[in-house]
Amino acid sequence: MTEQIDKALAREYEAGFVSDVESETFEPGLDENVIRRISEMKGEPEWMLEWRLSAFREWLEMEEPEWALVDYPKIDFQSISYYSAPKSMKDKPKSLDEVDPELLRTYEKLGIPLIEQQMLAGIAVDAVFDSVSVVTTFREKLEEAGVIFCPISEALHKYPDLVKKYIGSVVPKKDNYYAALNCAVFTDGSFVYIPKGTRCPMELSTYFRINEQNTGQFERTLIIADEGSHVSYLEGCTAPQRDENQLHAAVVELVAMDNAEIKYSTVQNWYPGDENGKGGIYNFVTKRGICHTNAKISWTQVETGSSVTWKYPSCILKGDNSVGEFYSVALTRGRQQADTGTKMIHIGKNTKSTIISKGISAGRSNNSYRGLVRMNPGAEGARNFTQCDSLLIGDQCGAHTFPYVESRNPSAIIEHEATTSKVSDEQMFLCRQRGLDPEKAVSMIVNGFCKEVFKELPMEFAVEAGKLLEISLEGSVG
Amino acid sequence: MSNTKSLLTIKDLHASVEEKQIIKGLDLNIKPGEVHAIMGPNGAGKSTLGYVLSGRDGYTVDSGSVTLDGEDLLEMETEDRARAGLFLAFQYPVEIPGVSNLEFLKASVDAQRQARGEDAITSADFLKEAKAACKQVNLPVAFLKRGVNEGFSGGEKKRNELMQMLLLKPKLCILDETDSGLDIDALQVVAEGVNSQRSADRSFIVVTHYQRLLDYIKPDFVHVLSDGKIVKSGDASLALELEAQGYAWLQKEPAEDELEG
Ligand SMILES: Nc1ncnc2c1ncn2[C@@H]1O[C@H](COP(=O)(O)OP(=O)(O)O)[C@@H](O)[C@H]1O
Ligand SMILES: [Mg+2]
Repeated sequence: MTEQIDKALAREYEAGFVSDVESETFEPGLDENVIRRISEMKGEPEWMLEWRLSAFREWLEMEEPEWALVDYPKIDFQSISYYSAPKSMKDKPKSLDEVDPELLRTYEKLGIPLIEQQMLAGIAVDAVFDSVSVVTTFREKLEEAGVIFCPISEALHKYPDLVKKYIGSVVPKKDNYYAALNCAVFTDGSFVYIPKGTRCPMELSTYFRINEQNTGQFERTLIIADEGSHVSYLEGCTAPQRDENQLHAAVVELVAMDNAEIKYSTVQNWYPGDENGKGGIYNFVTKRGICHTNAKISWTQVETGSSVTWKYPSCILKGDNSVGEFYSVALTRGRQQADTGTKMIHIGKNTKSTIISKGISAGRSNNSYRGLVRMNPGAEGARNFTQCDSLLIGDQCGAHTFPYVESRNPSAIIEHEATTSKVSDEQMFLCRQRGLDPEKAVSMIVNGFCKEVFKELPMEFAVEAGKLLEISLEGSVG
Repeated sequence: MSNTKSLLTIKDLHASVEEKQIIKGLDLNIKPGEVHAIMGPNGAGKSTLGYVLSGRDGYTVDSGSVTLDGEDLLEMETEDRARAGLFLAFQYPVEIPGVSNLEFLKASVDAQRQARGEDAITSADFLKEAKAACKQVNLPVAFLKRGVNEGFSGGEKKRNELMQMLLLKPKLCILDETDSGLDIDALQVVAEGVNSQRSADRSFIVVTHYQRLLDYIKPDFVHVLSDGKIVKSGDASLALELEAQGYAWLQKEPAEDELEG
């Protein structure tokens, strides 16, 4: 059966096409000059450039982390281009009519129509193509509610004080190797501000697309939910099928002020590389949120793409009674490697965190959960519940769980449950005996395994995620 | 012998599991509408026969032939046998966590209808049928929402198998000890479920240890399976005889202690 399922997992990557757009791309290489040029292209204020340069200097002193259970050749940072943008974006199109139709077609093909009439009602989209934001939809409607949703490059001009106050406040410049690199060279990403007491009237979403070859994507997202506000944000991503590995090193910072709530969902479908591990995206991402009093941050991720994933969306539960949640599905197949999990740092009293992680490994892939739960001395009455389930498909893959627990408050309660199961021959037989073909059987069993996480996703995304797993498991299991 | 065509014809079947021969020359002929009971001691190969007929991986046919409706059953994939109308109610139903019973049943029915070129059934119509099936097997409707067999009691699992049979409307139903572990009320539910499905174009193989099920489901034939072969066949009265005397007298070399009493 193993062999048959492996065959089923070999599938086409539907988002693997390349768009034919003329781009302005920097020569590969990284030095202070490149950073100055990026800052200049974006017309940034001086402080931003200084911030980037200081991060770069820190980065030069840092070592690439090696503790994750992933194995990939050393990255040559001088062989990567740090900026690429469609030429048509140079004059900053004022409206959709001025946007290169090829760009719009790209998003349409990916199922993200940017023409307002065709859009999914209720979702505003910021479309980021390589290093620039192409379009942000429904902006007027959001402005009416006082919500700011724009490219971060634009926010630097329009709302410099907000950006300056919060950028780097959750993920410090030298937090880690890739975060420092991102600080130095980030190009675009989304900026969100939800005013006090406001419930964001629509889902906000950013869709990241890497198109250009040999280019890294370094996006930066900053979401600030002011007191008592509420926002749900979705993130999607894809890249063409290429033989070379490409680097994606993003930083996402979330700030949930008192009584605010941020729900952040990701469906990550970067190109995973081929059967033998050739090509694919290196996805090295730092995501972290801070919760003030009574605030709540909920991370939900469905990770099916990338050749290597290194990602730990985390919550700093600073305020009393704040809540952090992490719901994750990570599917690896072929030669994919994922080392993902979360960190829940309990600082305030009666803080609560929940971690539900579902790892599915198939083929010859490696899938690790790595999670830290820390109870600080002041975290009176704090609670964590962690559940890590691994599902193995076949017997050549690996599933690992690395839970780290640091409790410095005796009143804190930490619960951890872990299971490992297989798609069993008996389950497959039951399904087939009822007339289901083996692909449908596998995808149904896997979907069932992920149910607790999928139910956390916004509706449209839950359907999307289910389909994504189905496609991922498509083939001929015979 | 009437000249009705046979639904299932098994000829000199030899089959093994992990290189160990379990079915050792088995013949069986089932016509549409007939109910055949198969009895026999533990380890005789009753479950194995069900698995071999439904094409479970790991169960190898060494020789012999099986046809269903004149088609070579052994050539077909597991799912194609199901789509051709073969249904197995499992002795030990397995759980599929997180996949709701309803979702599972709908997918099964859809797959079978599609394979037969029939129109898809609407969700609303299916739900109606599924609720009716629940009622018939005496399971609360809430079971449709629960994961397949997830946390079900032994009896609930068996009734759930029966519910699947009601919805899939197979031509040949193999019930593998569906009565084991059931109290008398549940047993009656199972028997009524089967009886309600008896028709001129549906046949049953009922594997059981107990005469009591056969009080409710009147079989046309009773066979005794022992050591991979049918060692005796008869009508319903054979079951009564077995009940009184056990299997030992039928086995070729009965063990000493089994002959006593
Ligand atoms: N997977 C298996 N591997 C090895 N032997 C098996 C396997 N399944 C069944 N058997 C053996 O086959 C014989 C028949 O088993 P089974 O068909 O379950 O009998 P019954 O249902 O009549 O009690 C038994 O001796 C059993 O141990
Ligand atoms: Mg048995």
